[in-house]
Amino acid sequence: MSSFKIFDIAGSGMNAQNLRMNIVASNMANVDAVSSSIDQTYRARQPVFRAIYDDVGSRSPAVGVQMSGVVESEAPLVREYAPHHAMADDDGYIYRPNVSMVEEMANMISASRAYQNNVEVLNATRRMISATINLGK
Amino acid sequence: MNLDSVFGIHEQAVQLRARRAEVLASNMANADTPGYKARDFDFNAMLRNEMQRPVRMVSTHPNHIHVDAGIVASTQMGYRVPQQPSLDGNTVEIEREQSAFSENAMRYEASLRFLDSKVKGLLRAIKGTG
Repeated sequence: MSSFKIFDIAGSGMNAQNLRMNIVASNMANVDAVSSSIDQTYRARQPVFRAIYDDVGSRSPAVGVQMSGVVESEAPLVREYAPHHAMADDDGYIYRPNVSMVEEMANMISASRAYQNNVEVLNATRRMISATINLGK
Repeated sequence: MNLDSVFGIHEQAVQLRARRAEVLASNMANADTPGYKARDFDFNAMLRNEMQRPVRMVSTHPNHIHVDAGIVASTQMGYRVPQQPSLDGNTVEIEREQSAFSENAMRYEASLRFLDSKVKGLLRAIKGTG
């Protein structure tokens, strides 16, 4: 029965949103990771999602989702003059990651809502299928 | 007596409902995919289509074109028109998909209920008990 495909689709959605949550957690954890050079400083990361289409010629339009990559934010790093900081470079500057805490919080809420949504789809499908299995009982 | 006529419209309806659930689940899974276009199909038109097909063709060779019952080809589907398009080109509006999904699931269960009572009626007739 074709409904079993929904488990794959919703599962892929849950997996993708879970990866997004991981990246958000990584961004938040590194928000204060200062360093002494631009190259070594942590940059905010964002996942890029992509729909998984079936083989060419397949008539199925049902698609799951997967993460196709992670991009680093191009926003400028925060350069701060702190000559007494342990990580300060020769000129007395430290570099802070370009992570925006507000953006990450919004991202986290969005990811967890999307995750819950996929869980609801799974639950509804499970009910539909078990009702079908019990047909005539 | 033909079993197909006993179940009536609900056999095709259940298959199409299952199909639509799949399509709506895809939309929701891709709620954050850049450039993804939400899809759906006209259930009534598709059901009419299924009911009007007098003969079912069976594919006996892998190169045959599949005409499985209840399978709506992607060419028969439409794209949803978003009320508020997003910058990344994604047209999924999660609330609309949610409500469409739950409506679809409810109608699926309604059709199942009809099928269920048909099966139970047949069983009673076979057993001859009240």
